[in-house]
Amino acid sequence: MSRFVALLAVVFMALAPAAAADGRASLTEIEKQVMCPVCGTLLQLAESPQAQRERAFINRLIAEGKSEEQVKDALVAEYGDEVLALPPGSGFSLSAYLVPILAFLVAAAALAAGIVRWRRSGSGSGPPSPGPGPSDEDAKRLDADLARYDL
Amino acid sequence: MSLRSFLAILGVLAVVGLLIFGLASKGSSRLQPGDAVPTASLPLLEGTGRESPADYKGRWVLVNFWASWCIPCRAEAPALEEFQQRHGGSEFTVLGIDTQDLSGDAQAFVERYGLSYPQLRDGNGDNADEYGTTGVPENFLVDPAGKVRVVVPGPIGEDDLREEVAPLLPGDES
Repeated sequence: MSRFVALLAVVFMALAPAAAADGRASLTEIEKQVMCPVCGTLLQLAESPQAQRERAFINRLIAEGKSEEQVKDALVAEYGDEVLALPPGSGFSLSAYLVPILAFLVAAAALAAGIVRWRRSGSGSGPPSPGPGPSDEDAKRLDADLARYDL
Repeated sequence: MSLRSFLAILGVLAVVGLLIFGLASKGSSRLQPGDAVPTASLPLLEGTGRESPADYKGRWVLVNFWASWCIPCRAEAPALEEFQQRHGGSEFTVLGIDTQDLSGDAQAFVERYGLSYPQLRDGNGDNADEYGTTGVPENFLVDPAGKVRVVVPGPIGEDDLREEVAPLLPGDES
């Protein structure tokens, strides 16, 4: 009998992590992904009466065997898309993902253009270019002076 | 003006414009007496179909924003129901708008307090935003032309109903 109980315990321990990983919903996980609409914070951080009712609603759906996605769908049906901490990746909400990427690309392009311009202008800031050569008269005087000191 | 100066000024104007827009959209003000009532339609709390406070043109309507999780709403619900029993009819009704609430909880609330007046549902709170509410409960008395006449932010009590709402209703004998 004790061997049977031990076997059951081993089977239970083996299945428990599998159950957690099979997509079954948990309040702790869902709380991180949805908002308390009135509080304007993650449900995980909210303690208002509305947040308590939202948690009770989630727990009830989990007890009914609903998956995480089904629970979130039910919350959206009650409160609208705003209840999701991350907006859906479709329609106008897609801009929440695209705009930061576009902004990053534009900023990177502007930075690159700035660096190229800076380097170009930087290459001209070395030793000053020699001006036009001396006039013929000056050249003759220079040659004469140099010849005078020529050892 | 060089292209660079033009772009700099454009950038500054864009930032200032965004700031002004942000401030203006943040400060959505509550509807005031004389303002027209929003016309957006909302689903009924129970059953199918949609209605809007604008559908009640021709009647006085006391629009009551509430939620089942709101404790002051529990206190005002019996007073509203009693007022509806006394004055409700072809010329006046209370119209409840349940906002940012779970529909099951809201239906249980209606049943618990025996509320007989029509109830609409504003799950995401957009309609409450259109009225410029800052919480629940809030009450707006709308005249037959669809204009707001009285605003009661916060819970409405028997005294408010008797002194501010009842005198405006047709056939009031108080």
